[in-house]
Amino acid sequence: MVRRLLSITTLALAASLGAACLGPAQAAEDTIKIGYVDPLSGAFAQQGDASLKHFAYLFERINAEGGALGKKFEIVPYDSKLQPAEALIALKSITDQNIPFIMHCAGSNVAAALIDGVSKHNARNPNNRVIYLNCGALASDLTNDQCDFWHFRFDANTGMRAETLVRSLPKTLQSVYLINQDYLFGQTLQKETKLYLAKLRPDIKIVGEELIPLGRVKDFSPYISKVKASGAQAMITGNWGPDLNLMMKTSVEAGLDLSYYTYLAHVVGGATSVGAMGENRLFTVTEFHPNVPSEQKSAAGEEFVAKWRASHDFDLFQMNNYALLKMLASAINKAGSTDAYKVALALEGQTVKDPMGHDYIMRKEDHQMLEPLYAAQFVKDVKYDSEKTGFGWKTVTAVEAADLAQPTTCKMKRPAS
Amino acid sequence: MSDAARSIPMATPRRAGSAMTWLWVLGLVLAIALPWCFYDFAKARHSGFMISMFSQAGMMIIFALSYNMLMGQAGLLSFCHAVFFGFGGYVVIHALTGASNGSFPIPMELMPLAGGLAGLILAIIFGYMATKQRATAFAMITLGIGELMATAALMFQHFFGGEGGITSDRMIDRSLFGLSYAQSIEVYYLIVFWTMVSVIGMYFLTQTPLGRMANACRDNFERAQFVGYDPKIVRFIQFALSGLFAGMGGALYAIAYEIVTFDSMAGPLSANALLMAYIGGTTVFGGPILGAVLITVLQSGVSLLSNSWLVYVGVLFITMVTFVPEGLAGIIMAHGPIRKAGKLGKLAVPYVRILVPGFILVLGFVALVELVSFQTIGAAQGKKLVLFGNPIDIASNIPWAVAIGGLIIGGIWLRFESIVFGRVWDEITAELKRAEART
Amino acid sequence: MEIILVSLLNGLVYGMLLFMLASGLTLIFSMMGVLNFAHASIYMIGAYLAFEVSRWFGFLPALILAPILCGAIGAAIEIWGLRRVHHNGHIAELLFTFGLVFIVQRGVQMIWGMLPMPYRVPSYLDFPLFTLYGANFPAYRGFMLLISAGMLLAIWLLLKKTRVGLIIQAALTHPNMVSSLGHNVPMVFTGVFAGGCGLAGLAGVIGGNYLTTESSMADAMGPIVFVVVVFGGLGSLAGCFIASIIMGMIQTFAVVFDYTIADMFSPLFKVPEMDTLLGEILTVPMSRIGPLLPYALMILILLVRPRGLLGTRDT
Repeated sequence: MVRRLLSITTLALAASLGAACLGPAQAAEDTIKIGYVDPLSGAFAQQGDASLKHFAYLFERINAEGGALGKKFEIVPYDSKLQPAEALIALKSITDQNIPFIMHCAGSNVAAALIDGVSKHNARNPNNRVIYLNCGALASDLTNDQCDFWHFRFDANTGMRAETLVRSLPKTLQSVYLINQDYLFGQTLQKETKLYLAKLRPDIKIVGEELIPLGRVKDFSPYISKVKASGAQAMITGNWGPDLNLMMKTSVEAGLDLSYYTYLAHVVGGATSVGAMGENRLFTVTEFHPNVPSEQKSAAGEEFVAKWRASHDFDLFQMNNYALLKMLASAINKAGSTDAYKVALALEGQTVKDPMGHDYIMRKEDHQMLEPLYAAQFVKDVKYDSEKTGFGWKTVTAVEAADLAQPTTCKMKRPAS
Repeated sequence: MSDAARSIPMATPRRAGSAMTWLWVLGLVLAIALPWCFYDFAKARHSGFMISMFSQAGMMIIFALSYNMLMGQAGLLSFCHAVFFGFGGYVVIHALTGASNGSFPIPMELMPLAGGLAGLILAIIFGYMATKQRATAFAMITLGIGELMATAALMFQHFFGGEGGITSDRMIDRSLFGLSYAQSIEVYYLIVFWTMVSVIGMYFLTQTPLGRMANACRDNFERAQFVGYDPKIVRFIQFALSGLFAGMGGALYAIAYEIVTFDSMAGPLSANALLMAYIGGTTVFGGPILGAVLITVLQSGVSLLSNSWLVYVGVLFITMVTFVPEGLAGIIMAHGPIRKAGKLGKLAVPYVRILVPGFILVLGFVALVELVSFQTIGAAQGKKLVLFGNPIDIASNIPWAVAIGGLIIGGIWLRFESIVFGRVWDEITAELKRAEART
Repeated sequence: MEIILVSLLNGLVYGMLLFMLASGLTLIFSMMGVLNFAHASIYMIGAYLAFEVSRWFGFLPALILAPILCGAIGAAIEIWGLRRVHHNGHIAELLFTFGLVFIVQRGVQMIWGMLPMPYRVPSYLDFPLFTLYGANFPAYRGFMLLISAGMLLAIWLLLKKTRVGLIIQAALTHPNMVSSLGHNVPMVFTGVFAGGCGLAGLAGVIGGNYLTTESSMADAMGPIVFVVVVFGGLGSLAGCFIASIIMGMIQTFAVVFDYTIADMFSPLFKVPEMDTLLGEILTVPMSRIGPLLPYALMILILLVRPRGLLGTRDT
């Protein structure tokens, strides 16, 4: 009985204390707040953590460049737990504080919920509207059939990435095997890769395709046996995390001489888990990598990367989010306020440049940002290696934003005011 | 696992004494008044976050109570309860779409019934399989069902919409009272109404012969068999009915969020049901209500403040399991006889005395967790650690020393005070027993 | 023929990996009746510890030290945690381990950060062992087979041929009698739990570099291990072994024989293409539902035989 009473007090206190003591810093100064929703706890916290670290760096830069309307930007993080319901609750909290911007990167399921939730919220609360800044949910449907006036995507969608990857394939390549994870992102990639292979490289034969259950396969040997039997020369995959790492490991150990064209090998942790076995074999499609500035001989870009590397042990790659902040700042300046509708109009058609001088264009008809993409190879002799592995990314093919203006099926409903 | 169930006695639901009735009425009044406590008069609007959180709490109350129909009342450990919740949600999302295009013309206020019916039908199908077994075999079958259904929801696009889920619009323009349900406050009151209906429904179920037989089968299924009841049938009916209520909860989820994804069917939500029911207390009917509210607040509220909230949930849970297996409600019930004897006042001083070191202990623990997680995770995310409104410099030794000191001193002091407290408590209960023996 | 032989080998290796994880759990589960949800968490701790140890002292010391440390952690959990909860029944014990899962996951993130660890197969085990139909069979897979076979043998010998094993088995069914004979029953339970955790730690050492050492690895391993244990039957190491192999084979062959339900009907009649839920179900290829088959099998076997494949008593 003693213990029982004792623990009730303890636990009541735990709850109240957590709430009382750890209140977020109340910003005394007047800032432009951006609500940010991503998984920050649980098994997928890695993704939110990486983006948050990027944003810490990018917000500092954009504020040093003057912010917008003479004010600084401030990020207000929320934990989505990768659950749509939690993201929608965070949306409520953001609109309660009259924050006109909600930003979200990880998870197309959460993105779909937010597009819908923001759209309904704005229709029902015309004097407290909010813009959804999508910084990394990539499924191409989100700016095609599901497009919405209040949703802006600041990252290349799966279609653009597939096109870049197909363009980077060497002329000698004749047969490929497609393996993707069985969820929205993987399924879309599978579809789009096939589409652009047929369009741009009809000479390449797809000798096999496979959808694997997300994160459940512990032994890739049976898949590798099939790949081997098919005689493919390369594998094209959108797998990430253990699904990529294990698949490559099994395949390399089995002695298969393949190239691995991936979509997400560059994200945090990718280089560490692949390591030496990826040398020369591994390719990725990325919005940026640390060796881009030196390849293009851009001093401004070098400074951008060097400062990041001084305090981080993984690669800077979310250059698109720098463009996001720059576009947002310039749109707010143009609109003269942070009113969601005015800023949304000002965002349309915005063009900004990254430190290397490449264009980023926000397309008006579907609110999809066009950005430069790099197909890169994992090699030894580069200026900056990734995650202290001794290997780093070297550009194979660079594609400019204007080159990736793919058609859209978006029929956007635009609010009258 | 049978011993487990046996060792948790189910407090007989009390005769609806006037105190109890008043407690329920108070709860209802509180639920109705609560949104207005957070009303923003300056901007003349409700706090959307608070209303969302209370709405979430409402559906979780139904969900946790329906889970307790299995765990607390029938002694069945299920790992697939979210399947019925999610399925009810999916059906209602489709029903909402149907209602707005006219193919399914039922008013908004009755939508939860559609969800409940869906949950019931699915629970009948799965219950037919699962309830043939009991104890661990039952638990494992439900684990399998849960995994199968969650993956099926990801795989089959037509009904479940895959990863993106299914969305709909709740403004279907079919209401018994002419409401549009544009504002979440209207939805909140709909949720309050249906939560009340379900709670009352589930309470009266515990009073029926079925509820009593479920208890009997939990406590000693062999004896129940001898009396002439088939425990399988009892388990089956209890399972099906709990599916009905879970489906109603899911329906409210669909109405509140207007989107249902596979997450609402998946394992973590089923696990949440278990957490809520257990922390609240499975032995008292109202226990899971407390658990549902507490967990919702932790999940939506504390997670805003600290990304380590899962650690706090974990520690809270372990503390509860170790020291308070009766749950929050069990503790409150233990004070019943003391209150009746009018001796509650004697406990005031000892309570304050254990509260102080308890406070220090928790403070030390929270500070330590936050310091450690700040050092490895938070710092690079560009955050500042703020305690009591003061930024803390984690490079210096002082906060660490304070945290660890608080943990140790609080721990030792609490141990000492708890002995004192125990003495007082034992005295009072012994006194009560003597008084009882005399009468 | 070639593909069948290769798949048999693949299935065997995968089955052995499963067995490595499941053997510790089956020990705890059948001896103590505790559904240890934190088993996969201990496995994760084992991998992280192995990485730490191998960074300083090399892989072989890690192979010995990490399981011992995990065993110590397990003993601590049993003595200060489970033992106190024991009198509240098995559900309470299960819930206790359930709470541990949250703490371990965040704890690992707090100590080692969010990034995966560069824990790799040691160079002296990183070579092809032999070549089968043109595909290499890596030595590390052979090493895994060896370790798990050794594990099976060691546990079996311990339980069946030694005095300790006799006491453990007796304590299982007649704790009071064993206690009256002068044996320390709580001590036996601690030992069993520590041993089970040690085995999970060993699986972590072996699996950590074979799979990936990161903070979501416990989640990924999750319930499949339970499936193996329950399918094999409580109290039966042999059942656990057979179940592991069956599960390994099923998942391997599901990938290889890539048919849909519609294909199976095709000799009888042509299944029309439908754009409905039914059409979707009929055309899902086997390889996509492969990982679900273990769950379906477990449900089936529990329906007809609640004690599992070779179980000695009802679960």
